[in-house]
Amino acid sequence: MSKILYLPASMEDFFLEVDALSRFTGRFFKTFLKPPFEFSEIIKQCFMIGYKSLGLVTVTGFIMGLVLTIQSRPTLARFGAEAWLPGMVAVSLIREIGPVITALICAGKVGSGIGAELASMKVTEQIDAMEVSGTNPFKYLVVTRVLAAMFMIPILVIFADGIGLCGSFIGVNIMDQVGLRLYFSKAIESLDFVDVFPAFIKTFFFGFAIGIISCYKGYTTTKGTEGVGLAANSAVVLCSLCIFIIDMIAVQLASFFMN
Amino acid sequence: MSAEVEHIDNQNAPAPAPATNEIVVEMEHLSKSFGTNHVLKDINLKINKGENLVVLGKSGSGKSVLIKCLVRLLDADSGKLIVLGKDMPSLKGEELNEMRTKIGFLFQSAALYDSMSVRENLEFPLRMMKGQTPEEKTKLVTKALKSVGLEKAIDLMPAELSGGMRKRVGLARTMILQPDIMLYDEPTTGLDPITSKEISKLILQVQKENQTTSIIITHDIECAKITANRILVLKEGKFIAEGTFKELEKSEDEWVRSFFE
Repeated sequence: MSKILYLPASMEDFFLEVDALSRFTGRFFKTFLKPPFEFSEIIKQCFMIGYKSLGLVTVTGFIMGLVLTIQSRPTLARFGAEAWLPGMVAVSLIREIGPVITALICAGKVGSGIGAELASMKVTEQIDAMEVSGTNPFKYLVVTRVLAAMFMIPILVIFADGIGLCGSFIGVNIMDQVGLRLYFSKAIESLDFVDVFPAFIKTFFFGFAIGIISCYKGYTTTKGTEGVGLAANSAVVLCSLCIFIIDMIAVQLASFFMN
Repeated sequence: MSAEVEHIDNQNAPAPAPATNEIVVEMEHLSKSFGTNHVLKDINLKINKGENLVVLGKSGSGKSVLIKCLVRLLDADSGKLIVLGKDMPSLKGEELNEMRTKIGFLFQSAALYDSMSVRENLEFPLRMMKGQTPEEKTKLVTKALKSVGLEKAIDLMPAELSGGMRKRVGLARTMILQPDIMLYDEPTTGLDPITSKEISKLILQVQKENQTTSIIITHDIECAKITANRILVLKEGKFIAEGTFKELEKSEDEWVRSFFE
């Protein structure tokens, strides 16, 4: 490929990487609607991504709700607005903190796992072995993982939001006495369609970004075993960065359409 | 060691000559470069049905690239490549996948799928065969494993296998679709001399039982001695010598002869 003039090498690498990732994404869209559909592998990957992340998401979701409540309480108390605590925590968790933190946790756990797994398959010629056995490895390895991430990240986010509210309920009860029914009715009362719907939709994009970027990094790795570590590492970094970029775009779009 | 391997050992049989003159692989003026590194230079090659062709050469001489081009893991830059009567470079999608099921490839590291058991590894290529019941698949898997003497390893994971066992399972997985052509990439690399000999005899056994055509990439002279009908010596991307083991052993070219010393 001819060199792009007047660009520093790092910038040229960046644009080449963007080009390669775009082509990889294009290949995903070209491939995923064509049969055969690897349903059993998709279910297996849903289990790997969803069920195996449940413990981590539970702990972080709970701490998220608890800490947010404990940290917010003094400020609200200064204005005599402790009664708003369930509503404030619910809106913060469901709109922003729940989806973003859960997606970041999954970027770390799922993204590095997929990146390292595919990279190690690549350097040990397992992907080549699939190809010569007449199987389309892109469909079997990439499409299944991306779809599984798209299905499971939204479910994990909903789960983390629920656990976060439970953590918040305990946080409230450290200082006050509030019943479970009252707490949850206050929390749910304060939520609107504008809070829930855009937040839910963006989690599909988080899932897609985590799936496609980590698969891209693993599937296209080079440099032998050194490349496995690099693929896992760069998958996590790029996924995390993309989550913030998608979040920023989603917030802008939501406020544009909903207001 | 399996009963079949013992049998061949007792016979101490050399590789049989090709049964027919039917050409199954034909390369003409095939070239492949990576940037400025010209790995294959104007390769011409014809392989008869049932033949065991050994390609000898030093590391980096282009041996593995040659067979990867044959199965289209790499695309040649120029030249003609006909495999089983089909123009390989023009095949795409399903046609290419179907052709690949007729070509078995045993990788240097055996390339077993780490996350799958031996059974699942062997069942994987069978996914492409429609209308088979699970019982029929199990029968094929058991038969393939039995032929390499590893029927007891069916439920083990690849990490639990030794190097020699991995190669045998890899061979069983490659053979399960009963390909017409077998490609072996350094089949004995990293193995002790006894296991290397067992693998070489297995290659011969596979060829005898299934009448496959084989291309064996190696620098293991013992493996070449056991398996070859014909040997080609590759140096810097070009074939520089051709003949039987005995002929090349007495080659006038010192570089070629050095392989056999």
